[in-house]
Amino acid sequence: MTREIMVYDVVIVGAGPAGLSAAIRLKQLAPTRSVCILDKGADIGAHILSGAVFETSALDKLIPDWQARGAPIRVNVTEDHWLFLSATNAWRVPSWLLPKPLHNAGNYIISLANLCRWLSEQATELGVDIYPGFAASEILYNDQNQVIGVATGDMGRAKNGTEKSNFTPGIALHASYTLLAEGCRGSLTESLITRFQLRKDACPQTYGLGIKEIWEIDPALHRPGKVMHTAGWPLDNQTYGGSFIYHLEQNQVAIGFVTGLDYQNPYLDPFCEMQRFKTHPAIKPLFLNAKRVSYGARALNEGGYQSIPTLVFPGGALIGCAAGFLNVPKIKGSHNAMKSAMLAAEAVNNALSLNANPRIPLHAYPAALKQSSVYQELHQVRNFRPWFSKLGLFWGTLVAGFELKLFQGRVPWTLKHPREDRARTLKAHQASVIHYPKADGVLSFDRASSVYLANIRHDENQPVHLHLRNPNLAIDVCYPDYAAPEQRYCPAGVYEIIHDLNKAPRLHINAANCVHCKTCDIKDPTDNIVWTVPEGGCGPNYPNM
Amino acid sequence: MKILVAVKRVIDPYAKIRVNADQTGIETHNVKLSMNPFDEIALEEALRLKEQGLASEIIVISIGPIQAQETLRQGLALGADRAILIQTDQDLEPLVIAQLLNRISLREAPQLIILGKQAIDNDANQTGQMLAALLNWPQATFASKVTIDQQRVTVEREIDGGLQTLAFDLPGIITTDLRLNTPRFAKLPNIMKAKSKPLEIIASETLGIDLTPRLTTLSIKPPPIRPKGILVHSVDELIDKLRFEAKVI
Repeated sequence: MTREIMVYDVVIVGAGPAGLSAAIRLKQLAPTRSVCILDKGADIGAHILSGAVFETSALDKLIPDWQARGAPIRVNVTEDHWLFLSATNAWRVPSWLLPKPLHNAGNYIISLANLCRWLSEQATELGVDIYPGFAASEILYNDQNQVIGVATGDMGRAKNGTEKSNFTPGIALHASYTLLAEGCRGSLTESLITRFQLRKDACPQTYGLGIKEIWEIDPALHRPGKVMHTAGWPLDNQTYGGSFIYHLEQNQVAIGFVTGLDYQNPYLDPFCEMQRFKTHPAIKPLFLNAKRVSYGARALNEGGYQSIPTLVFPGGALIGCAAGFLNVPKIKGSHNAMKSAMLAAEAVNNALSLNANPRIPLHAYPAALKQSSVYQELHQVRNFRPWFSKLGLFWGTLVAGFELKLFQGRVPWTLKHPREDRARTLKAHQASVIHYPKADGVLSFDRASSVYLANIRHDENQPVHLHLRNPNLAIDVCYPDYAAPEQRYCPAGVYEIIHDLNKAPRLHINAANCVHCKTCDIKDPTDNIVWTVPEGGCGPNYPNM
Repeated sequence: MKILVAVKRVIDPYAKIRVNADQTGIETHNVKLSMNPFDEIALEEALRLKEQGLASEIIVISIGPIQAQETLRQGLALGADRAILIQTDQDLEPLVIAQLLNRISLREAPQLIILGKQAIDNDANQTGQMLAALLNWPQATFASKVTIDQQRVTVEREIDGGLQTLAFDLPGIITTDLRLNTPRFAKLPNIMKAKSKPLEIIASETLGIDLTPRLTTLSIKPPPIRPKGILVHSVDELIDKLRFEAKVI
């Protein structure tokens, strides 16, 4: 197949904080280099979802005058609460007891989507070509097994694979270096990790699923800059997770609930946990006379230091959360994503300036990263998440908190993430069914009305982008052994077991509901679901997530 | 033949619209804006006419804020030859839009003007017709099929219970319905090339048209929320509820 070819010095996949920061840094260092960014979202920011409390350390270095340039970073953190919840009570942890990474003084509450929109304006001004609505669907290699760029997906292909009247073939984008900035569990990133065995010397990645809503609340209850985090109820002691509630501008509140995807009970339903969390007596009053305006979900990396894969391969590198630099106890990763991107950009620029053999691995990038604040802070908190998996909520938090508070992470041990999240899932007969309360349509909702608020655009007449490696496994194994957990871990109702009268059950995939969170690619106990990119421009259209 | 295509920047059809807090308009903050879908169809039809060798130049024109340049660039990426933006930050009414388009038509002298039958934001469905009146040109609205033979334009339009076929001689005006065609996707290299195509910006005040609105919007309200449905357990219960609660039978 011959594709039309466009040539750039650097091609970046994903216009999130990492991809945009890499492009900006490259152009700052060498304005004449050609740089392009592809993003599968219809618009910049359309697929960006984060809390977010933002630490400006990386941005201060990238664009020191961000304030003067009107960056949408305006709400200072004014109050910072940590609560432990039981079913009926809430206890506030005094802030003097909290380890330093958990403090938020000097940080800002932002919409990461809006920050990305602003960053894309800065990048465009510097001459970066940004193409939203174009999904990179394939990595391109030369015969020396070097990455030479990516191809964009075909547009206008019908469900059965035939070409529709508006069929437009994808094109090839060739580059000296290709930077993968797809965010957590990127589909191309995963294929590279497999091909170049980038996870050989690292622990498996472990993940969380964040589900987020934006509400317009009663102005009398709105406290701009207020940050609240909770742990405990409604999750049991063995399940990692917690919530955030951030008071943004204009009477808006972001509320999110993260469930560690290493949860064991296949009957657990992260979406329902989020819905019932809001009914807690300490949370519910905030949403009196309020209106939900937006909904979304996204997987996030929780593996931290131990799970960082090899970052470079011939012809490119992984940056940001494609690699996974989230600081779990700090609940922040954007600053690390940006920082890693800037260091990768510097390495790319040096390699291109030397004009040596292009595509030689960028070893300077991981070397610089190891000396940077990114590794320093991830190393410090490296045992936080594994302690929890080992000891549960109470003891895990206590031991991890101790380690962090007293020793700042300077302990001789590094705990491992022993298994992939999917491997921790128990069989259905080993677990007990969880009965969730019914949605009331005011404070708690069902999936259908939630997905409606994700503004999804997805042409139904296109090939299904969620592949089953073995179509029989879903019903032959996953359904009897694990009670088909995809019905529950998917926050968008994509997977449905249908019981037709007098017929065997079957798995129906509502691909058009997909919010691109990637959870199915992570959590399917049989490792049978592969998430690939649909047609460019499909998926959610998040406003200010 | 020169074709003028009018395109409007509107809230994306896939975005959920919300009435703003003080009920004076629709919330556009953080909302995705796109080319009006009917206008995409208008542009696609022009592009097909050019591909058939029936048109020599396609000009896309938009009237709106400076950001409407993005919509015009998209039009250029799809294949239009040049673009004109009449810049204004005011919300203009259809008659004013038609008058402004009239000015540009007199300057550019196109033989055919294609517009979407309406914009999906205000659903006014007036601009094409008013422009035809101002130019004193024939018009064929809600086109679902267009054929051109020399100077003769034949337009099929869907009406209640069938099809109506109209014909007129150029110059003329066509407004497009949804079924006319399926717009193409912009290709990446063409988006690149579109950056260097000519885009002229004209300040709306310089065209000598009175822009003052004639209508005042008193308020905009979201539709009332429908009460939740209930599940009834028997026909008797249903009849009972319809008769005594809903009072419809």
